[in-house]
Amino acid sequence: MTALARTLGRQRWIWAYLGMVAVWLATVTFTGGKGGGEIITAALSFAAFTVIVGIGQMFVITTGPGNVDLSIPATISLSGAVAMKLMGGDNAMLLVGIAASLGCGFAVGLFNYMLIRILRIPPIIATLSSSFLILSTAISYGRGLKIKPPSMLADFTTTQVFGFPVLAFFVILFAAIMALILNRTVYGRAVSAVGQNPRAAWLAGVDVERIRFRTYLQSAVLAAVCGFLLAGFSGGASLNMGEEYLLASIAVVVIGGTSVAGGQGNVAGIIGAAIFMFLLVTMLNTFGASAGVRLIMTGLIIVAVITIAGGDKPQR
Amino acid sequence: MTIMERITNPRFLRSALPLASFAVLLSLIFYVQPRAMSYFGLNLMLQYAVPIALATIAQMFILTVNDLDLSIGAFVGLTASIGATLLADNPVVGVCALAACVAAYGAIGALIHWRNLPSIVVTLGMSFVWLGIAVIILPTPGGTSPAWIKAIMGLKVPYIPFPIIAAAVIAIVVQVLLMHTSYGATLRGAGGNPRAIERAGWSLLKIKIVMYSAAGFFGVLSGLSLIGLTSAADAHIADRYTLYSIAGVILGGGEFVGGRVSPVGAVIGALTLTLTGSFLIFLKISPDWQIGAQGAILIVVLALRALIKRREG
Repeated sequence: MTALARTLGRQRWIWAYLGMVAVWLATVTFTGGKGGGEIITAALSFAAFTVIVGIGQMFVITTGPGNVDLSIPATISLSGAVAMKLMGGDNAMLLVGIAASLGCGFAVGLFNYMLIRILRIPPIIATLSSSFLILSTAISYGRGLKIKPPSMLADFTTTQVFGFPVLAFFVILFAAIMALILNRTVYGRAVSAVGQNPRAAWLAGVDVERIRFRTYLQSAVLAAVCGFLLAGFSGGASLNMGEEYLLASIAVVVIGGTSVAGGQGNVAGIIGAAIFMFLLVTMLNTFGASAGVRLIMTGLIIVAVITIAGGDKPQR
Repeated sequence: MTIMERITNPRFLRSALPLASFAVLLSLIFYVQPRAMSYFGLNLMLQYAVPIALATIAQMFILTVNDLDLSIGAFVGLTASIGATLLADNPVVGVCALAACVAAYGAIGALIHWRNLPSIVVTLGMSFVWLGIAVIILPTPGGTSPAWIKAIMGLKVPYIPFPIIAAAVIAIVVQVLLMHTSYGATLRGAGGNPRAIERAGWSLLKIKIVMYSAAGFFGVLSGLSLIGLTSAADAHIADRYTLYSIAGVILGGGEFVGGRVSPVGAVIGALTLTLTGSFLIFLKISPDWQIGAQGAILIVVLALRALIKRREG
């Protein structure tokens, strides 16, 4: 038993799940047991989107210090706006919408990597400046956009089976695949290797640049998928719908036990962290906290978690 | 060295780039809208340059020690909210609150150094804290800015528009303090080679606290100068300043790591960013593209810099 506890204690992602359970218990105790199930259903529905972008962000962060994708919110908005406009609420256009959305993701990822590679712009600045351009494109393309998503997409993103959102099921399946990719494939191991020491990885024969390219591309495509699904879920695209995912995508990675210094990713923690983040806001709402207090608490918890986890010394 | 060689020297090109981009943009504006070339026109176009320049200087202090501040926009929003409420109602309480803000910034610097934390994550978290406090102080847009701030920001100087004078003063003061004093060199050294600075007997912790406090102080100045122009505040008034400030430092020739920054350049960078807004309006381009144009300018300048760097070898 103690051995089990010790093994679990060494896994940093366990804290996300402990936090998740603690916050849920606090909420349910406050309401006197009412709505406990509904809260979980809602948490799974909303966390699904955070998990999708969180996984993309996690791979980027794992490739080492200075690597972060700040263009995720803008990509979400662009992909949602483009897909909704092209589909025009028509089920027959669903495939076109998916293709357009993925196309947005590919274009953004390609552009980001081009800035990083050809212009040698630090990734943070590169993804930041490209996010300006993407956001402007989304704003000017999607002005006055009030198009309902095709009914099939809306159904897919909102259907529940015995209180379990179908989308959450697919996202968990996807997360499991990504965990396998991170831990069991050449690409995944290479991502960790590059994050630990790019030079050593290069000497060991890892094509560092190809790994970086694939990772930034993957992050942008996942952001685009998130935008597509989110637009379906929330009854249409809105231009600021990506906004909250800047903090959320980084926060779930950090809370989920991934090393911010790179080289050590974790997929399982992202799911726990995403649910934790949603439940936290729910709890503060139930307690009747004002918008200001909710914001302060969200910020402080992220700072607290990163302080306790501590920054690892860059392994160079 | 002939004049030609001197001009094409990468080092010269590099340091001339910020001023050149500013000059190009300004002449384009004058070409498109000759009426802008007046005291009144410049005053109007550069009005918001002062708060943006101050926020840019704040960001520059953080970049000097190899960190990045994603919370400066929210922080400026908070100090603006304090300025338009607490400071206007009760100067003593207001000054204390603003001093506490600066101290909090210093404390964050200490925390980041102590636990060796990534500044992006900490400041991103803190941006929510600043915004939350601002929303509590000022739930809806409003408040009134103190009369003396309005008086300063509305100053009419003969011949040269006030924003230009203010920007020049900010640039020169910070330039002298950071680039021409021995302690300034130590501060920059902490970004260039922290180990060497530490071995020379300086406390890196103290340096981080000094730099973060300085950033906090300029953040306060930015917020106050902003409400001097708008005469009311809003918690979200400066949300875009985070992006502006980073772009301003980079446009001004600042490097992302290594303590290579330029206060004069940063202020020029801020002026350039301020002008893009007017430029797009004169070109009758939809304001939708304003933020995109700023991104594009940033990319173009960085591309030029990459070209120059390649020649530097």
